[in-house]
Amino acid sequence: MRQLITGEEAVALAARHAAFTLATGHPGDPSSELLEALARLGGAAHRAPDEKVALEVGLGVASAGGRALVTVSRAGLRLAADPLFAAACAGLTGALVIVATDDPGAPASPDEPDGWRAAVAAGLPMLEPADAQEAYDLALEAVAISERYRVPALLRLSARIGRTRSVVLSRPDLAPPPPAPRFERELAGRVTSPDQARAAQRRLRRKLEQISDAAELLPANRLRHGEPTLGVVAAGVARLHAREAAPEASFLELALVHPLPMRLIREFAEGVDRCVVIEEGEPVLAEAIRAAGVPVEPTPGPHRVGELDVARVRRVLRREARPDDAPAAAPPAGPCAGCPDRALLDALARLDLIVAGDVGCYSLGATAPRVDALVAAGASIGLGLGLRHALPEADARRVVSVLAAADLVRGGVTGLVEMVYNPPPSGHVLLVLDDGVPTVAGRQDQPASDAPPARRTTGISIEDLARSCGVKAVDVVDPADPGALERLLRERLAAREPAVVVARRACPLPPGDPLRRERAAAAERCLRGEGP
Amino acid sequence: VRPLLGVVLAGGGAASAARILAGAAFRAGHDVKQSEGQRGGAAASDVRYGDEVLSPGVAAGEADLAVALDDAALAAARAALRPGGVLIAPSLVPPGAVADGRGLRLALLGALSARLDLAEEDWAAALGEAAPEARREQDEAAFRLGRRLGREAATEGVP
Repeated sequence: MRQLITGEEAVALAARHAAFTLATGHPGDPSSELLEALARLGGAAHRAPDEKVALEVGLGVASAGGRALVTVSRAGLRLAADPLFAAACAGLTGALVIVATDDPGAPASPDEPDGWRAAVAAGLPMLEPADAQEAYDLALEAVAISERYRVPALLRLSARIGRTRSVVLSRPDLAPPPPAPRFERELAGRVTSPDQARAAQRRLRRKLEQISDAAELLPANRLRHGEPTLGVVAAGVARLHAREAAPEASFLELALVHPLPMRLIREFAEGVDRCVVIEEGEPVLAEAIRAAGVPVEPTPGPHRVGELDVARVRRVLRREARPDDAPAAAPPAGPCAGCPDRALLDALARLDLIVAGDVGCYSLGATAPRVDALVAAGASIGLGLGLRHALPEADARRVVSVLAAADLVRGGVTGLVEMVYNPPPSGHVLLVLDDGVPTVAGRQDQPASDAPPARRTTGISIEDLARSCGVKAVDVVDPADPGALERLLRERLAAREPAVVVARRACPLPPGDPLRRERAAAAERCLRGEGP
Repeated sequence: VRPLLGVVLAGGGAASAARILAGAAFRAGHDVKQSEGQRGGAAASDVRYGDEVLSPGVAAGEADLAVALDDAALAAARAALRPGGVLIAPSLVPPGAVADGRGLRLALLGALSARLDLAEEDWAAALGEAAPEARREQDEAAFRLGRRLGREAATEGVP
C-alpha cells in the first residue's frame, strides 16, 4: 500500500508489520509522535517515566525473545546511556531497536549533539534513513540485524526525517515472522559482571566485525556510478541534498552508518579523483574513514553547525567555507500569554531570587521573566543545592529550584533525597510546577500528570513523595494567586530547612492526543505570545 | 519529465495547509515530500513534488511559489522565492470575503491551486480529508473563492 506519511509514522508502521511485542519511550521532541502513531495502528505502545527505564524494559522484552522498540530524544539517549552501554554487551534472544532522534539545527532542542557518536562509543550498529520509505525499510533491517547478531540496533532519525511526509510503499510480506517469546538461561550474555566483562567485550567486537563484513554487501548501502571526477560519501538526508547539488557525481550512499564497510569505501574513494564526505553535524564519518587511511575531504567546520540543504552542499562542493546563511531561530517568546505559571515566574522575578530552572516550558522563562540556570531534566534540584553550598549566606538564601512535576519524576527524585540528606546550611526551596504537561512539545500522558489533560496517570502525589523523602515543609499553592505564593515563598526561604512548594493548576491548552497538529498549532500560538 | 516544483507556505497554519497541497500532489501520482520548520521566525512548511523528489526542503531563494498565510509571514515567504517566483499574499483576499483564519488559509491555497497543474478532483479529495464534516462546505467555498481570485490575478499578471 502506498501512503504519504512521516518518518516517525513509517517506523511505527514497520513496528506494527514486524509484530513488535512492545514499544516504549518518554515523550520528548523530536521523537514524541512515533508512539502515538503506533498506538493508532493498534500496536502496544507505552509511555515510560523516563528513557532509562524505557530502555531497561526494552532490554527485558528482548531478553525474553520478544521485539522491543524504544524511542529516545537526543537528551533521552544521554539519560539512558548506562543501560545502553551495558545492553551492547548483553546477549539478546529477541530484537531491541532503539530509535534515536537527533535534532540538527536544534529547532526543538537546546543543543545539537550527534547520536552517531553514541553508537560508536557503545559499540552498537546504527542505521540512518533519508526519507520515510527508508525509515520503514531500515526499521525492518534493524530487526533483522538485532536478531541475527543478538545486539541492540540503533535507528537514527533526524527531526527533519522524522517529521517529513513522503511516499511509503509498505511491504508487510517482507517483515520477519513474529517473535515467540521464551526464556533461555544464559548467564554469560545476561550478567554484565566484572568476571564476564572481557569475554563480553570480545564477543561484542566479534559481532561488530561480522556486521561490518556483512555491510560490505548490504543492499541498503548503495553505489551510484557517475562521473569519476567527483565522488561523494554520505548518509541520511545529507545524501539527498548532495545528489541534488551534484547530480553528475558518483555516490556511495550509506544506510548502515556504524560499523562502516571500509573496503567498499576505500575502493570507492580510490575510483574517483576527488572524494568528499557530506555530513550534517559532527564529522563522524570523515574521521572514521580518514582514520582507516583513506584520504577524503571532510565537510568543513563552518558547515557543521545547523542543518544542511542543497545550497549549502553546493557551497561545500565548490570549497566555499562560508558558513550558514540561514538566520538563527527566533528566541523563545517566554511563557504563553495565558499560562498560569507566568504569574509565578513574575513573582520569582519580583522577589529577586536566583532560579535554578529545568527543561520544558519553563526554559521559556529564561528570556522572560526569570530563569538563571538550566541544564537537563531534573537537574535543577542538584544545581540549586550546589549554588546554596557555594554562595555567601545572603545570596544562598535567594536560591530556588523550579521544575515541572513530570521532570521531578523523570530525573528529580534523587535530587529530592539529596536535598534532605545533604541539606545546605541555608536550607532550600524546591518549587514544583504541576500543570499536568511534561513539555511544550509534549502534552502526552506521563505518570505525574494528575491534572487534566492526562488520560491515564499513576496519581503520584508530589506532596506525599516529598514527605516520604523526609521533607517536613510541604505546601500546595495556586500559581494564579501570586500574592499568596509570594508570602509563602518568603516564609519558606527564611526558614533554613528543606521545603517543597507545589504550584498546581492545569495548563489551559486543550488535550491533544491524537491530533498533535492542533496541539502544535496551539503551541505555536502560545510561543508567539497569543495564548492558548 | 514533469518539472520538480518547490512551494513554501509560511505563517500560522502552514503545516496543515501544506498537508493539503502534498495530499493533492500525492493523489495526482507525484513523488512528494512535505517538511516542516521555521523561516525567519515564522512557522513554515515546504512541499516539493515531481517525478522524483530527493532533498525534502526548499533552500532559501529557490522556491517556485511561496504563500504567506498572514502578513507577519510576508518577509519569510519573499525570502524563500527564487527570482521570478510567484508570491501569494493575504492581500489577494478582500477583507470580509472569508469568515476566519482557516477560511483565509484555504482561500490562499485555492489561489495557489490556480498556478499549479493539479486536477480539481485531487484537490477536492485532499481538502475533504483535511476538513471535519461540519467545516467541509465552508472550506470548499473558501478554496473556490481563492481559486477564482488566483486565476484572475494570474491572467492580469499581478502577483
